[in-house]
Amino acid sequence: MQDFLEFKTISKGYPGVQALADISFGVRKGAVHGLMGENGAGKSTLIRLLSGDQSADTGEIVIGGTVQHYRSVRDAFDAGVIVIHQELQLVPELSVAENLWLGRFPGKAGVIDRRKLLDVVRQKLVEIGIDVDPAAKVATLSLGARQMVEIAKAIMADARVIALDEPTSSLSSRESEILFALIDRLRAQGVVILYVSHRLDEIFRLCDSMTVLRDGKLAAHHPQMTDITRDQIISEMVGREISNIWGWRGREFGPERLKVERISGAKLGHPASFSVRQGQILGFFGLVGAGRSELMRLVYGADNRAQGSVLVDGTAVRADSPSHSIRSGIVLCPEDRKFDGIVQGRSIEENMTLSSRRHFSPFGITQPKKEAELAETFIAKLRVRTPSRKQDIINLSGGNQQKVILGRWLSEQGVKVLIIDEPTRGIDVGAKSEIYEILYDLAAQGMAIVVLSSELPEVMGITDHIMVMCQGRIVADFERDEFDERRILAAALPDITSVSELPSEQVQQQ
Amino acid sequence: MTSLKKLLLGEQGLVVLFAVAFFIVSLTVPNFLTERNMLGLLQSVVTIGIVACTMMFCLASRDFDLSVGSTVAFSGMVAVMASNATGSIPLGILAALACGSAVGLVNGLVIARFRINALITTLATMQIVRGLALISSDGRAVGINDPGFYQLALSRFLGVPTPIWVMLVAFIIFGFLLNRTVFGKNTLAIGGNPEASRLAGVNVVNMRVWIFMLQGLVCAVAGILLASRITSGQPNAATGLELSVISACVLGGVSLAGGRAAMSGVIVGVLIMGIAENVMNLLNIQAFYQYVVRGLILLLAVLLDNLRSSAAGRR
Repeated sequence: MQDFLEFKTISKGYPGVQALADISFGVRKGAVHGLMGENGAGKSTLIRLLSGDQSADTGEIVIGGTVQHYRSVRDAFDAGVIVIHQELQLVPELSVAENLWLGRFPGKAGVIDRRKLLDVVRQKLVEIGIDVDPAAKVATLSLGARQMVEIAKAIMADARVIALDEPTSSLSSRESEILFALIDRLRAQGVVILYVSHRLDEIFRLCDSMTVLRDGKLAAHHPQMTDITRDQIISEMVGREISNIWGWRGREFGPERLKVERISGAKLGHPASFSVRQGQILGFFGLVGAGRSELMRLVYGADNRAQGSVLVDGTAVRADSPSHSIRSGIVLCPEDRKFDGIVQGRSIEENMTLSSRRHFSPFGITQPKKEAELAETFIAKLRVRTPSRKQDIINLSGGNQQKVILGRWLSEQGVKVLIIDEPTRGIDVGAKSEIYEILYDLAAQGMAIVVLSSELPEVMGITDHIMVMCQGRIVADFERDEFDERRILAAALPDITSVSELPSEQVQQQ
Repeated sequence: MTSLKKLLLGEQGLVVLFAVAFFIVSLTVPNFLTERNMLGLLQSVVTIGIVACTMMFCLASRDFDLSVGSTVAFSGMVAVMASNATGSIPLGILAALACGSAVGLVNGLVIARFRINALITTLATMQIVRGLALISSDGRAVGINDPGFYQLALSRFLGVPTPIWVMLVAFIIFGFLLNRTVFGKNTLAIGGNPEASRLAGVNVVNMRVWIFMLQGLVCAVAGILLASRITSGQPNAATGLELSVISACVLGGVSLAGGRAAMSGVIVGVLIMGIAENVMNLLNIQAFYQYVVRGLILLLAVLLDNLRSSAAGRR
């Protein structure tokens, strides 16, 4: 059967990097095609070429037998190609229907035909099976619903090829299931879907065929998904065998390092208590919106506390602002690296020494040599892949950015407690195990580590003890020898009646 | 061709353009490259130059200050009136510095503590402070009793007037503060990403208050020198200064989005503003046209900056 979407000998280079080299593969009509690879493997570049945002140096993209020569996103749109990025492109203050019509409102002489506006959209939404009120303002919808609207927008524009870039990264598992059902229906209608994801489960659940990229080259192309194993894909992605990506090993624990007693705040109504020992890695698991990050932001003093106390090595500390917490030895690597972690526009070096430089700046005067030394030390130690410490941090991949933020805290003095929120979100397999190794090393040196994650395998793989949160409360805890996927997940799931209420609750919280 | 493009769009593009423009102007405009004209040129940019130092910090930390013109006028008034009242010039100067800092402190507290938008806050204080200047003098200029006050602007050191020395010292101090101190680095970090900086332990609220206070203090210095030069406290002095100062900073590559600033750029920005005016004066171009030219220069600089960042982004 003829492939509907074909990439033919595509190459694309940027100064200093060959982002894509000689990529050729095709996707059948009505197929969901997985695109996998580590960060920096070239997935984003390929998507960018497909979207018309940039053009290839050599090679061509063929859609429905026609060679495409588009030079802008508009041309790609006209050819029926729509890319849905992680950051959604909807106007929050307009209604769903208005968003779907944006740019070509129905009506005469500039006066919008409101009835047509709503009716056509309502019909279309029913047709593709999306349960969203067309008159609702986008700002009031959950993230999952917004994703649906984005897809509906693509369908309204008669898209024949839809590329989804990490669509489930901020969805709850229930929202993801709804998305998958929609993708199944689109497949039945003959739409080609290019599905970019780090999550193997999703690739196996959804895809009819898949391609693995590695270092800008085609590492593997699987026209069928039968007879492929997870381990095979992982080794294709990293180019080597990874027998056990967690690499957990037992450690001796010391006395209690961090103790949190009955802490609560505006976003966490129910008081929570827990403690971590020296050398221990404590995991916090819960669904999106379970309150893990909110709890840790209270511990760290990033949000105001209503009550409760924080003790480090048995002494109460004044953890009412991040700067006080850092001085007491508590540090936090935030969940959202882009908004809360990195300082865009500044160098790796400046990002690393942001907090620690006060220790070696007499009278507030910085010591460039010391800063450079420190940055070089941690770039080497954490194996940050960069041509120079002067590089703007925004140019690094997610994993390397995470390492720089770890470096920020490792270069601090007297860190006793490291809280790390979603340590490997958006990070490729190879860098993941490197980050786990760093955590094990720190724990072995006596640091108490708190890991927050919504990926159950990760929490089970790397922690010594798991606390489960659900709807703002700590509901269960498990020792490593009692880890059980089903039991942990069951504890994290709210009871059935409130599941249906969950999305609307989340909306109100936003 | 490509190397020329690289030079112009690189980090030092503006400096290169400035050097070229300076060279051409020196050759073509009569009386430009004379000691007298050079000193006059520098004299004319003293107020903008001094205030631009702290405006650079303000913009670099993603803030904005429209009240600088009013603060300069008000603190000039205070310097003159307090000197007249007490009969002591040092006391007058001290009072002016205190008043300038107070305006900055209020700006900083309202903006950082109470989280009111900087544009609105300083728009309000700009009018309040101008009002205070007018009220305190009943709208009239106030003459200086002690002729010693003139010496602040008239005295020379090594043949160069004191105000120019003050400006040069300000350039050095604030250049050092930006590049070589924790304060400067944290300013840039706050501008780059305020929330990340806060979570990394930077006391963002205090930093912003300090920056505004410094801005007020420096405005007072500029106000005192200006009052001395125009030999009186003028409640309507330095109107529109805020726009010239922000223009000079933007010309110098300071990003309005925060996180990017360089003292060398700001100096060049200030000089470009000064030279444009100076050359037009030497060529006897009517003052009305000067507004148009100044606006055009600003637009061109911003376009250049845009080209530069998109060239950098494509890399």
